[in-house]
Amino acid sequence: MKRFYGTELPNPLMLGTAQYPSPAILEQAFRESGAGVATVSLRREGAGGTGQAFWQMIQDLSVLILPNTAGCHTVNEAITTAHMAREVFDTKWIKLELIGHTDSLQPDVFQLVEAARILTEDGFQVFPYTTEDLIVAERLLDAGCEVLMPWGAPIGSGRGLNNEYALRAMRAEFPDVPLVVDAGIGLPSHAAHAMELGYDAVLLNTAVARAGDPVAMARAMMSAIEAGKLAHDADPIEARDMAEASTPVIGKAFLA
Amino acid sequence: MKIVLNGEVREVAASTLSALLTECGFTGRVATAVNEDFVPAPLRDGHSLNDGDRVEVVAPMQGG
Repeated sequence: MKRFYGTELPNPLMLGTAQYPSPAILEQAFRESGAGVATVSLRREGAGGTGQAFWQMIQDLSVLILPNTAGCHTVNEAITTAHMAREVFDTKWIKLELIGHTDSLQPDVFQLVEAARILTEDGFQVFPYTTEDLIVAERLLDAGCEVLMPWGAPIGSGRGLNNEYALRAMRAEFPDVPLVVDAGIGLPSHAAHAMELGYDAVLLNTAVARAGDPVAMARAMMSAIEAGKLAHDADPIEARDMAEASTPVIGKAFLA
Repeated sequence: MKIVLNGEVREVAASTLSALLTECGFTGRVATAVNEDFVPAPLRDGHSLNDGDRVEVVAPMQGG
């Protein structure tokens, strides 16, 4: 498995921590799936210090922590958030989200490249949430990113891989760059699909957290990801239009 | 002095950022920004507050 800024992931499942029915179910989803990376965020601290209990739980899970800049719409906002995240979570990793469109939550790739450059110069290790655009991907790599995270579909939509062609092209164009399908996964088959294309990891949240049984779905996602990776590494056959008998014809008895 | 703390106008006695955190009861793991600029923890003692400053105090939270 490729290294992410020098770190080898325990497995290819990056799991979000938002929207679970309860903290206990969140914890169990991580423990039973074995997800090795948890995405986290920052919000205004209330009087009750609600963030502290969450911090303790995440630490107890012993997973790698990937803080995000979710909800940021400007370069300055994302940079300030990234700095606060680095201090609070004690990591150089940052999932850089710069939202450009209200309905689709599509990344603003122009601001994304600019913020990625500034943060890389500041010593961050940037995981950019981007589109499948190859030129943007090149610009992000030029800016210092060593990982790319194209969307499968809009965040929370559960549509799967909207543009398989483009994701396949990105894999082919950047064979040595760790690539993560981030967002849009709804079903284990979507996650398996990403891994079959040769992606190095899958990042998902809503599909697990909002499932009727989040713990079971987290396990299903991990199984699918493992299956997809095994399949990719096993060199699958090409699809073809016509049938090709799998049972040998030679020696067949003449019974007609 | 009046400041805006996490979006709410507050009358406070504190004159520095670290004093403000103490006054408002923030004891846990938090990060701070004043007027949209990050203020690292080691600099909070020396960071004077001015009337109308917008202070953000954030903590770990669930995210995707």
